[in-house]
Amino acid sequence: MAGTVAVIDYGMGNLHSVASALKHVGAERVLVSHDPTQIGEADRVIFPGVGAIRDCMAEIRRLECDKLLLNVLEQRHIPVLGICVGMQSLLTHSEENGGVDCLDLVSGEVRFFGDDYRDADGSRLKVPHMGWNQVQQTIDHPLWQGIEDGARFYFVHSYYVDCADRSLVAGSCQYGVGFDAAIARDNLFAVQFHPEKSADAGLQLLRNFLHWNGQP
Amino acid sequence: MGLAKRIIPCLDVDAGRVVKGVNFVDIRDAGDPVEISRRYNEQGADEITFLDITASHEERDTTVHTVEAIAAEVFIPLTVGGGIRKVEDIRVMLNAGADKVAINTAAIHNPEFVREAAERFGSQCIVVAIDAKQVEGDSPRWEIFTHGGRKPTGIDAVEWSARMAEYGAGEILLTSMDRDGTRDGFDLALTRAICDAVSIPVIASGGVGDLDHLADGVLEGGADAVLAASIFHFGEYTVQQAKEYMAGRGIEMRL
Repeated sequence: MAGTVAVIDYGMGNLHSVASALKHVGAERVLVSHDPTQIGEADRVIFPGVGAIRDCMAEIRRLECDKLLLNVLEQRHIPVLGICVGMQSLLTHSEENGGVDCLDLVSGEVRFFGDDYRDADGSRLKVPHMGWNQVQQTIDHPLWQGIEDGARFYFVHSYYVDCADRSLVAGSCQYGVGFDAAIARDNLFAVQFHPEKSADAGLQLLRNFLHWNGQP
Repeated sequence: MGLAKRIIPCLDVDAGRVVKGVNFVDIRDAGDPVEISRRYNEQGADEITFLDITASHEERDTTVHTVEAIAAEVFIPLTVGGGIRKVEDIRVMLNAGADKVAINTAAIHNPEFVREAAERFGSQCIVVAIDAKQVEGDSPRWEIFTHGGRKPTGIDAVEWSARMAEYGAGEILLTSMDRDGTRDGFDLALTRAICDAVSIPVIASGGVGDLDHLADGVLEGGADAVLAASIFHFGEYTVQQAKEYMAGRGIEMRL
């Protein structure tokens, strides 16, 4: 696939896996950076993130990755893929760290699964939600191409996205509650799971991203 | 349908070579951790754990290169344990492509290290490894041992796991030193006691000799994931066979 994929690096976590998975599925050039000039030349952008939301938001703002993201989403209209905390940070607000205001690019809340968390039948559910869970594809989307509906992806998170505009939900997952595993709007796609760690299904999603023109 | 239970093959690696033998029929190099990881990935392993037992400090560079090589072609979670003593050790392994690190002895010497590591890198990548042995008492009681099960610490395993969860561990890797290498199955009472004591996921380890042992670890022990080495290394069972067998016993698996 021709072109450059920029993985936005705001210092939170290990981006090696994302970069090497992208190369594995045929990315010509992968750039890991927060430099606006470099990212300004990229053809598509990955917005990842791990760790606590307060630290992530502080770094996103300090390094002005929020402006960068707005630029690629709304000025340049190039394909953007948010991953894990990268997805969560797009929402209005998160319950984590006593409550943190996020980017509010997508209306909605990021909620905690809970302490002593239980399923409807009373059985205990561990938090973090860690491991392979099924994602139901709620819309047709180029990024789901070649991936079976209900395919398993690798998750690791204690907070989940609850999107206000339900028409933006692209995939849902069940863990005690139903939560938004993927959202899509125009040239933005964001996932709670880790495609770079989700074996064939994840690699297919990344491959689809490299070929996506940013249209739903 | 929901979250699947995980099967995690474990590689013991010394100076970049898998030890304890691996005996796949059609493998070219039975000691190459990259080739073996690739094989387990193809068989549907849910994660891979890489236990570095390299004694000398100088050879740890080899470990880093091995982790890099595995991470460059195996796209499932990779945990690296053994010799993780400082924040810098964690940083090096995560940068090499590990998704999680397992902290064992260093947590016992300095429990605050776990808190520091979780705050710095996030709980999702901090696994606390616990080696426990049953000790004399009126009711079943397990104590943490170090040095391959030779040195008692006086620390109660159940209390310790709860404390480690509170300090920010994202997962517990629990090994029964009574069962390790016996092929008699997991210590199910121990597994159950730890699983009931913490709200974070628990990986059961030590003693797997057949596929029922894996299923029992989940159904009776309550484990979220099961780790095994020899039953997979010697080609007795593939990971895929183990998963199908467990699914047949009613366990949710990624098939």
